[in-house]
Amino acid sequence: MDLDRLPRIAVGDWVDAGVDWLTDNLIWFFDGVSAFMSALVGWLETALLFPPSLVVVLAFAVIGALLRSWKFGLFTALSFALIVSMNMWDAAMSTLSLVLVASLITVTIGVPFGILAARKNGFSTFVRPVLDFMQTMPSFVYLIPAIVFFGIGKVPGVVATIVFSMPPAVRLTELGLRQVDKEVVEAGEAFGASPSRILTRIQVPLALPTIMAGVNQVIMLALSMVVIAGIVGAGGLGAMVFRGVTRLDVGLGFEGGLSVVILAIFLDRITSAFGERASKRTSR
Amino acid sequence: MDDVRHTIEVEGVYKVFGRRADTALKMLHEGHDRDAVEEATSAVCAVIDASFKVAEGEIFVIMGLSGSGKSTLVRTLNLIHPPTTGVVRINGTDITTLSPRRLRELRTSTVSMVFQHFGLFPHRTVLQNAEWGLEVAGLPVEERHVKAMEALELVGLKGWEDSYPGELSGGMQQRVGLARALATDADILLMDEAFSALDPLIRGEMQEQLVELQQTLKKTIVFITHDLNEAMYLGDRIAVMKDGRIVQIGSAEEILQDPANDYVEAFVQDVDRSRVLTASSVMEEPIATILRREGPKAALRTMRQRQVSALFVVDPGRRLVGVTLDDDVMEAVRSGEHSLDPITTSEVPTVSPDTLLADLLVPSAESRLPLPVVEDGKLVGVIPRVTLLAALATGTPNGVADGPADDGALESVAEPAASHEPPGSPDAEEVSE
Repeated sequence: MDLDRLPRIAVGDWVDAGVDWLTDNLIWFFDGVSAFMSALVGWLETALLFPPSLVVVLAFAVIGALLRSWKFGLFTALSFALIVSMNMWDAAMSTLSLVLVASLITVTIGVPFGILAARKNGFSTFVRPVLDFMQTMPSFVYLIPAIVFFGIGKVPGVVATIVFSMPPAVRLTELGLRQVDKEVVEAGEAFGASPSRILTRIQVPLALPTIMAGVNQVIMLALSMVVIAGIVGAGGLGAMVFRGVTRLDVGLGFEGGLSVVILAIFLDRITSAFGERASKRTSR
Repeated sequence: MDDVRHTIEVEGVYKVFGRRADTALKMLHEGHDRDAVEEATSAVCAVIDASFKVAEGEIFVIMGLSGSGKSTLVRTLNLIHPPTTGVVRINGTDITTLSPRRLRELRTSTVSMVFQHFGLFPHRTVLQNAEWGLEVAGLPVEERHVKAMEALELVGLKGWEDSYPGELSGGMQQRVGLARALATDADILLMDEAFSALDPLIRGEMQEQLVELQQTLKKTIVFITHDLNEAMYLGDRIAVMKDGRIVQIGSAEEILQDPANDYVEAFVQDVDRSRVLTASSVMEEPIATILRREGPKAALRTMRQRQVSALFVVDPGRRLVGVTLDDDVMEAVRSGEHSLDPITTSEVPTVSPDTLLADLLVPSAESRLPLPVVEDGKLVGVIPRVTLLAALATGTPNGVADGPADDGALESVAEPAASHEPPGSPDAEEVSE
């Protein structure tokens, strides 16, 4: 008996067959999603690139100053100006629109799932391993079916990003809602509030700091995934970094990477500013 | 008892948590005890066969240690925890059969609740917190403001309406909780350990405020507590819970004087009896009395017979006129006086039958005579000093006394008074002099 071998289980073949079936039968669906997403990304990209770049830099600086401090506004102005002068502006704005669209879709799907998980223990136990799976599967792997379904371009990048950055949105929403003091929820109930009123007036406002922490995570994960998606033609900074790698052009790779870092800092600070505002309002 | 309107009626309510609640319920019905059932089914039997009625305007206290099921029981009254079986009637309607919509109506209009840790909404101002029930009921904004402000004023929080709960002290936070419950004009108030999280001084203040408010509001209140002193102070009637079951229901005095079992007895040991028992429960038959129209000679004879040095002078119909002392009586007899009036002093400290023993201590200490208990001007009883001491001493736990010597001393004083029936009171007076 051969102790080194077991009968081959064709997991890969089954996945292939499943993907084939989906492409054959749901092509109309994928086409629809594809059209919707590329329209969204395209529209946002145009909006960001239409005005002169320095005007947009100034706009971001004002946002930074208003939401955090004048110091952060100044930092934003200088660092975004650096992106412009490194000739990375178009790529950066393309990446930013991918990140924002992907994050928006992720949050709109993830938060309701988190709410459901917080309310139904059964759903929570079902969804937990699925989220673990989504988070630990190497992110490249998502790109393969995404390309199969949506072809080369921005859309597979967005789709892979959504799958990859979904877990924190669901998890932290669930956590935030479950952390709301049981007695406070009971107080809502005891005065005859309907479940939906309790959710919107009590639970979500009180869970908001945690939910915002989830949104922050989503955006950070989205940014890292969008760069990887550059490989499959999603363009943007990812493409720059990838070009740097394939040509062994250290300078180009570094400039692309630095631009990613600047975007990351900006997005992180802005979203955590929202979270801090929410927690200031809800803390006792 | 039947002509009393019962606002809340609870019949055979069980609340069992867990997947195998049905099995657990069946086992409980078969008479298995709680531990065995919980072991066998891993269900939690929080409330077992609870039945009671709460009259309109009554403060009904449910008392028990943590884990006795009292908080669960109170939550079956507004179905935050629907009973596993049993009937809960509010104003005659079985609320366990209500549709979710009707149930919500009941909660907005009839039953409101105050929570142990206040259950306030930290993201809303004090006013918005107080408005919650009205907002849920769908009242227009203006009306909400007015009613919520009224409630806040009632609990003494005027001027704080724009603060957030986090900016208030614990006592003030619970006042917000109380205002929120009062704002809806609900007839029934469920108070789940409402004052337990407050420090003792504030707790006492809140208890007094509640009693004061209750005098004008006349709500039907179900008050949950683990503090027996609080239960005795607030409760018109008290239900004592243990391991999910109600073991005794009765007035504070009934529970104190006649505990249903060892558990209740052990529990009530720690109670400050002087704040529960009233004059009427310890007073004795007044026998050292004399009618006003009888003269000094008769008074002297009565004093001799009863071996006392003072008499209460009463009208026919036992209306208390005053007190006459032996020296004065002797003097009057010697000088041939025929009326008791000149030698009767009407300046006698009196107490009413529902005065707490604690409030008898000072008058009793200041007076050489037994305290006359007077109701509507009529002398209904007397409390000699020893009787008062004996009442305070019985059931006093060892822990409170300083040592065995003290205990013995108290008992030796208590003994004669307790063993003497009616004639005891004049003797007692002798002892006290």
